[in-house]
Amino acid sequence: MSKTLFNERMKLADIISANPSLILMLPRFGISLGFGDQSVKQVCQHHQVSADFVILIFNVYTFNDYLPSVDELSCINMEHLIPYLEASHVYYLQQRLPHIERHLKHVADTIEPRYSQILLQFMTDYEKEVNDHFQEEEKNVFPVLQRMQQGEKTDGNLASHFIDGHSDIEDKLSDLTAIVYKYLPPNAIPDESIELVFDILQLSTDLEKHALIEEKIMLPYANYLSGRLK
Amino acid sequence: MKHLTSILIIEPSDIIVEGLRTILEEAGGFNILASLCDSTNLNERIIASQPDVLIINPTLLPQPVRSFLASLQQTRPQLSIISLIYQYVEPDLLQAFKSTIDIRENRSTIISIINESFASTCDETDMDGNENADLSDRELDVLVLVAKGYSSKAIADELHISIHTVNSHRKNITHKTGIKSVAGLAVYAMLHNLM
Repeated sequence: MSKTLFNERMKLADIISANPSLILMLPRFGISLGFGDQSVKQVCQHHQVSADFVILIFNVYTFNDYLPSVDELSCINMEHLIPYLEASHVYYLQQRLPHIERHLKHVADTIEPRYSQILLQFMTDYEKEVNDHFQEEEKNVFPVLQRMQQGEKTDGNLASHFIDGHSDIEDKLSDLTAIVYKYLPPNAIPDESIELVFDILQLSTDLEKHALIEEKIMLPYANYLSGRLK
Repeated sequence: MKHLTSILIIEPSDIIVEGLRTILEEAGGFNILASLCDSTNLNERIIASQPDVLIINPTLLPQPVRSFLASLQQTRPQLSIISLIYQYVEPDLLQAFKSTIDIRENRSTIISIINESFASTCDETDMDGNENADLSDRELDVLVLVAKGYSSKAIADELHISIHTVNSHRKNITHKTGIKSVAGLAVYAMLHNLM
């Protein structure tokens, strides 16, 4: 099925106006704002990141049923994959989760202490779980992939390290939204609770795509590399 | 006689309407109602023609689209609403629809998108009856033990029921509360003063 996907000849500004949430991706590629009317190719050249790879991520984030085939992947310069995934981890851990936690604390302040304690404990445990999961990937998955990219033979199954963790991380985030809008006592600050739900939903969509990139792009790519190294 | 799925198409382009109509007629099993080229009096048209499936170009819907769709879905829960697209449409907007048909899909995919969307709407409305029901006493027992960290096996031993029954209670609890993880269920149990 052929779709009208984004390509590197398009203006970056046009792509952002078609899907504004992609602006969140730019810092993960090290692309700064103020790119004027330059095409994606020009902007990427300027920031020394592969335009193919940036377009791949834009397409995955924008078109829900888009996934590249292994043949397509083999033509893309994936040098930036690991730095991109690591930058995403930093964004989730240092920006989004603390932001959500701050909101949650405000909401928790307005409900009975015995309830707020449970809620904040859930959040603390969740953040720890996400942190552990990311560390596991950064310690056991990314270095292996990096060695493969440098042409070194490696063994071991990358998938076993992370796939289970993904569904649990996604489930808990969806549980947190349900708890906030369905089950918290009504004396919480309604405006902030609503904002909180939106923030969690945005993070949840982002994490879903992040997991998709690791499972459906990084893994097939690693398999492709290991097949080539045999 | 097999019930035909009746379909209302709302799309300004004659070429696309006729193309879709031909594909559906060739596949059979569908009753295609007279199509509309805009969404004027949409509610009245739906009441008059009683379609099972509404296939609509999302750009024709009145703003704000999401709330329009939500209120339409609320008054007609059994109606399956599918968007018909041939250009870039905000993914957020598409999520408000049951399914999406991209006109570049091949004919068998189009037919299966419509059939699946219709079948899933039927399933959902069938379940509606007990969806808002509170948890049964037995489900509450299981919930509390899950929240305390018991495994399904340990719950089965504690309550003298089979592990199969425990799992089916757990499935119902998740379905009724919308909460999947053990940690989330623990929060639910505590917020409801169950422990």
